[in-house]
Amino acid sequence: MSEPGGADGFRAEVRDWLRAHMPASPLPSVDTAAGFAAHRAWERELAGARLSAVSWPAEYGGRDAPLLQWLAFEEEYWAAGAPVRVGQNGLFLLAPTLFAHGSEEQRRRVLPPMARADEVWAQAWSEPDAGSDLAALRARAVRAAGGWLLSGTKTWSTRAAFADKAFGLFRTDPAAGRHHGLTYLMFGLRAEGVTVRPIRQLGGRTGFAEIFLDDVFVPDADVIGAPGEGWRIAMSTASHERGMSLRSPGRFTAAAARLVDLWRRAADPADTALAGRVADAWIGAQAYRLHTGATAARLEAGGALGAESSLGKVFWSELDLALHETALDLLGPAAEVDGVPGPDGQWLDGYLFALAGPIYAGTNEIQRTVIAERLLGLPR
Amino acid sequence: MTLADAAGRDEFAAALHDMLAGAGVPAAARRWADGDRAPGLAVWRALAAQGVTALAVAERHGGLGASLADVVVACEELGHHAVPGPVAESVAAVPVLIAALDDAALDARWLPALAAGDLIATLAAPPALPFAADAEAAGLVLLADCDGEAGAVWLAEPGAARRSVDRARSLSPATGTQVLARGPAAAAAVARALDAGALACAAQLLGAGRALLEASVRHARQRLQFGRPVGAFQAVKHQLADVAIGLEFARPLLAEAARTLADGGCHAARDTSAAKVACTDAARRAARTALQVHGAIGYTEEHDLHLWLTKVRALAGSWGSQSQHRARVLAAIAAAGQAPADGRPMWT
Repeated sequence: MSEPGGADGFRAEVRDWLRAHMPASPLPSVDTAAGFAAHRAWERELAGARLSAVSWPAEYGGRDAPLLQWLAFEEEYWAAGAPVRVGQNGLFLLAPTLFAHGSEEQRRRVLPPMARADEVWAQAWSEPDAGSDLAALRARAVRAAGGWLLSGTKTWSTRAAFADKAFGLFRTDPAAGRHHGLTYLMFGLRAEGVTVRPIRQLGGRTGFAEIFLDDVFVPDADVIGAPGEGWRIAMSTASHERGMSLRSPGRFTAAAARLVDLWRRAADPADTALAGRVADAWIGAQAYRLHTGATAARLEAGGALGAESSLGKVFWSELDLALHETALDLLGPAAEVDGVPGPDGQWLDGYLFALAGPIYAGTNEIQRTVIAERLLGLPR
Repeated sequence: MTLADAAGRDEFAAALHDMLAGAGVPAAARRWADGDRAPGLAVWRALAAQGVTALAVAERHGGLGASLADVVVACEELGHHAVPGPVAESVAAVPVLIAALDDAALDARWLPALAAGDLIATLAAPPALPFAADAEAAGLVLLADCDGEAGAVWLAEPGAARRSVDRARSLSPATGTQVLARGPAAAAAVARALDAGALACAAQLLGAGRALLEASVRHARQRLQFGRPVGAFQAVKHQLADVAIGLEFARPLLAEAARTLADGGCHAARDTSAAKVACTDAARRAARTALQVHGAIGYTEEHDLHLWLTKVRALAGSWGSQSQHRARVLAAIAAAGQAPADGRPMWT
């Protein structure tokens, strides 16, 4: 059986390339200076083969791959156990926003260095008093000659400890209503007036940071869309973040395959409760894969992705936890040992990462409310 | 005939839904529970007129020769409306079993009548299916065993019927009276029929789960407490959102199983069991939540909700338990050592 859109040959190319180029040993953690540099170098290697942003148009460094081919790329990438994508925030959040709302000048200036990881982007959405209630954000952008002056605090900013640039929403018209007067801006993390304070996470690493902004100048050229349109622009691409582009099925099907392998090697056959959980985790990964394939086919046919991306966000974040908790339970008392080399050691890091899933990209409580009100039609 | 594509199946489902919505199915199910099957059998005749009973029968025997994906669509809609009677047996498992036995005399004896809706059939296959469901409504009762060399199919006589927790459903032990087929080929035919029945049952469960969610949303929008619709409370919203998530992600497993089972590929057992596990869990969550959202009125026999609540409980353990299906999935994936992403396309 062949895949539609000529994905067969593409899938084989990706598989062969990964086999030939995969790092001989796992890269150091992306949340260290050395690890970040190693991941940046890996992204450059991917970009050299035009594999870092396959779904983008060729003129910006991509391959014009349709969604179904991109899903095939992801399956191969995760099945090979390839490194974390350090450029993820830029590639899958900022780039879709620029394609939908940016200017051609911005796309030409921002996208090629993003594809090569010459510029790695961090997101700057949340603030100390604006988490789930993002529209309560208070960081300001004040008019200045030729641009804007940013001030305020952004936090939980993924990758910001080592990244080059960031994007986020700023209040440009304090007199306007909560969802109005917000503007979508890009800014440099090493610009004058920016202070980045890395935050140590649950697992001891600095995967995110707090960003203090003190009259940081941003030229008009770095405003995406019109001033005051930031909320609409951010929400129009939010479904990308909740849905398949943030967490493609390849990640979970690869984890499910590793879980089944672990079960075969390590399980007590008499432990039928764990066997049932392994089966359920595999079924969940398969369901997410099939569901995403159907959604991608619908989008390719011209459909749109709206509130239903909230269904997927809750599903994949809970699936990720189930996969990793089941693996740790299979490992038994050895599961708590930190820094174990080899495949068994990945489960603890993966578990700590999975714990954040129900919180970021809109908490699962926010998603459930979206599902109830917008999909089921329950009263607000 | 095959409905060929998703759009055709959507139209078929919509047509069935429209017919069943106007057919007084809840009242027919109540009469069926009281022993008067006439209104329910009228619903079955209407289903036959729309081709439902002919789907799994080949054209040369008067059927439509449709795909299993079409059978799944129909069974989901029958579950959606809680149609009484041996749905998975008569619409899916028995026609598949008779065809798989590859015996022209048996084909001619039963398939045209099944396709036309003149004959309703049921089946027992211990241990997964210890009783023949609704044997009183069936003109053909079979007993099947898929245990390797000992595989066999009998014409059977139903014993005294017992009532299911679903009061519009009865359960009869079956005693074989005449061997129709025996040996490994019969065992393979029975295995295939049991997969087709499990798949049809999973589809009924998904449909019932959808109906329970719809009823819950309707109730939550109308029922006022503390001066507001109960559906405005977050505790209610979030439970119903979880029901929607469960149903949404069970559905693609059902479609995939219909595809691999029809292909007769090596993943048929794995995918059928995955679908049965996911649809059962999703339907049970829908039932549990629906009862809670409705409150005391949902706990009565006066309200129609019980027709779906009890059917979900009955079908959840039918055609193999959750443990058996999970074990079958695990056996298949551990033996194959493969990810769900095994290089096959996930889309058609």
